[in-house]
Amino acid sequence: MNYFVDEKGYYGDFGGAYIPEMLYPNVEELRQQYQAIIDDEQFQQEFKALLKDYVGRPSPLYLAKRLSDKYGANIFLKREDLNHTGAHKINNTIGQILLAEKLGKKRIIAETGAGQHGVATATVCALRGLECVVYMGEVDIKRQAPNVARMKMLGAKVVAATSGSKTLKDATNEAMRDWIANPVDTHYIIGSVVGPHPYPDMVAQFQSIISFETKKQLQEQTGKSLPDYVLACVGGGSNAMGMFYHFIADESVKLIAVEAAGKGVDSGFSAATTTLGKEGVLHGSRSILMQTPDGQVVEPHSVSAGLDYPGIGPQHAHLFKTGRGLYASITDDEALQAGLLLTQYEGIIPAIESAHALAYLEKMQFKAGDNVVVCLSGRGDKDMETYMKYFNL
Amino acid sequence: MNRLQQLFQQQQRDLLSIYYTAGYPNLNDTLDIAEELEKAGADFLEVGFPYSDPVADGPIIQASSKQALDNGMTLPILFEQLKDLRQRVNIPILLMGYVNVVLQYGVEAFCQKCQEVGVDGCIIPDLPMYEYEELYQSTFEKYGLSNIFLVTPQTSEERIRKIDRLSNAFIYLVSSSATTGSNLAVSESATAYFKRIADMNLKSPVVIGFGISNKETYQAASQYASGAIIGSAFVKNIDANNLKGSIKEFMGQFK
Repeated sequence: MNYFVDEKGYYGDFGGAYIPEMLYPNVEELRQQYQAIIDDEQFQQEFKALLKDYVGRPSPLYLAKRLSDKYGANIFLKREDLNHTGAHKINNTIGQILLAEKLGKKRIIAETGAGQHGVATATVCALRGLECVVYMGEVDIKRQAPNVARMKMLGAKVVAATSGSKTLKDATNEAMRDWIANPVDTHYIIGSVVGPHPYPDMVAQFQSIISFETKKQLQEQTGKSLPDYVLACVGGGSNAMGMFYHFIADESVKLIAVEAAGKGVDSGFSAATTTLGKEGVLHGSRSILMQTPDGQVVEPHSVSAGLDYPGIGPQHAHLFKTGRGLYASITDDEALQAGLLLTQYEGIIPAIESAHALAYLEKMQFKAGDNVVVCLSGRGDKDMETYMKYFNL
Repeated sequence: MNRLQQLFQQQQRDLLSIYYTAGYPNLNDTLDIAEELEKAGADFLEVGFPYSDPVADGPIIQASSKQALDNGMTLPILFEQLKDLRQRVNIPILLMGYVNVVLQYGVEAFCQKCQEVGVDGCIIPDLPMYEYEELYQSTFEKYGLSNIFLVTPQTSEERIRKIDRLSNAFIYLVSSSATTGSNLAVSESATAYFKRIADMNLKSPVVIGFGISNKETYQAASQYASGAIIGSAFVKNIDANNLKGSIKEFMGQFK
C-alpha cells in the first residue's frame, strides 16, 4: 500500500488540484519545481541551518516520568512547543519562505485562524525582508488580539476576511482570491497539509523533521527507533503528518490522530471531521469534510482555534480510509482537563490543540514497556484566557 | 446538438450572455428572471447554483450566493424549479457552480437531470481538466452537456490548444487576473491578450467574461470575441422590489 502522493497528485481517492483556471499557472509552477528545489543541497543546508540556529531544533524528546507512571507506559513528548514562535508551524514557514525565494517571489500571503500560522509567516517574512499579507477572519481578529498585534509588529498587513462565516475557511478563500489577482509575484504559504497538490505533500515534507528527529532520539534513549504508538492532534493535520511521516511505512507503529469533538460529536458544535464528514472537495483537494447533504461546507466548533477546521488534509483522509491511522476525537472538556493534568504533572502548559492528543492517553490500554510518543505541537501561553475562564484561575 | 451548439452555429457575433444566482433575490425567482432576460434580448444564460465557498467569485456573487443559501436554495430545489424551463424559455442555459455541490448530488444524476430539464452545458470553475477528461467527459457527452473551460491571461498556448480540443461549445475567456466583479480596464494589455487569443484561430468560439459591466466594456470585448458574459454587474442591479423593471432597465443599455 502506498500512503504517499502518487505522480498524479493523489493519495488513493484523495488529493488532486481542484482549482479554478486562474490559479492553475501558480500551482503548476509550484508542482513542477517544488521537489527539485527541496532536494537541492544548498536549499537543504539553508533550511537545516535556520531550523537549528533560528528555530532552536532539534526539539527535545522528553520522557515524561510522572505521566508515564500514571499511564503505565513510557510516554515521550516531542517538544514542538519549544520552537521559536511556540509551535510546529514555523518548520513549514521556514521551508516555504526559502522556496518562495528560489521561485523569485517578492510577496507572501497566508491565511490564519487563531493567528499561529500568521505569526509564523510574518516572522519568516521579517527574517527575509519580504512583504507579508495575512488574511484572518473578522471574527478571529476580535478573538485573537495579541496575535494580530504580533503580526503587525512583525511588519505584516493583516486583512480581515469579511465573507461567509468570517473565520479560518473564509480567510483561506480570501487568500486564494488574492493569489488569483496576483499570479506572478506572490507565493501563498498555506499553513497546513491541505490545499491543492503539491501543498499537502510539500508541507508534510517540511514538517517531517518532527518524526525524523524523533526516530533518532528514540534510538538514543530506548535503543529502538520505532515506538509502539505515536499520537497527534488534527485540525488540517500538519503536526500530525510531521509526527507520522517517517513512521508511516512501518506498520508496527500505531498512528493515532485526535480530532476535536468540540461540545460532543452529536452536539452540532464539533470539528470531528472523520466522524461527521463525507468525501468531497474543499480548498482545492478531494478529502473528507463536514458538509450539508447539498455539499455546503459546515462551520465547525472547537475550543481550540487550531483544530477549528471543517476538513482534514488528503493524506489523512487516505490514512483514515485505509485504516493505517486510527482517527479518534476528544471533547473541549476532556482537552482542557488534560491540559491542566500535564501542567500539574510535568510543569508544561500545553496548547489546547496539543492537549487533545494528551487527553486520548486516558482512553488507551497500554502494556508495560510500551513506548508512546505524543506530539506536543504548541505551548499554552496563547490559551491562558481560555484556561483562566474554564478553571476560574 | 444542444441549443448552445446550435446558437454558435448560427451566430458568432455580439452575443450577450447573463449570469445570475439561482435563489437570489428570492428563492423562487429563477424562472421569472430567465424569462425576463430572454425577452430583453439575452442570447444565453448562466444560472449559478450557490456554494458556501466560491473562491473564484468576488464580493457581489459571494453575497448573492450566501443570500440564496439563506433563502434555502439547493441543487434538488433548483432542478425542481427548472422542471418547466423549456415551456417558458427557449434560449440556451448553462448551470454554473462549484464541483463539491455536483459531487454530492452525484455526477451522473446531475448530468441526467440537466438533460431532463433542458440544460445545455455547465461551467464548473474548480473542476480540473485532468479530472474532467478521466472521470467526467463520457458522462457529460452521454447526456449532451457541453463543459465550458476557462482561459486566463496566464494560460499557456499549449494548454489553450488542449482546452480548444476538449471544448464543444465555446471557450470562456477570463478578461484579467481577477475574481468576478472587478472592473475591466480596456487597457493595451487586455486588448493585446484578446488579440493574441483571436489570432490563435481556435476551432471554438470565444466569449469574454469577468469585469464586463456596461455597454462600453461589452462592445470592447465583442470586437475580439463572439460576445461577452455579464455577471456581477447584473446581479448588483437586480431590485427585489422591482424584479422585471430592473432587469428590463439594465438590459436596455445594450440595445
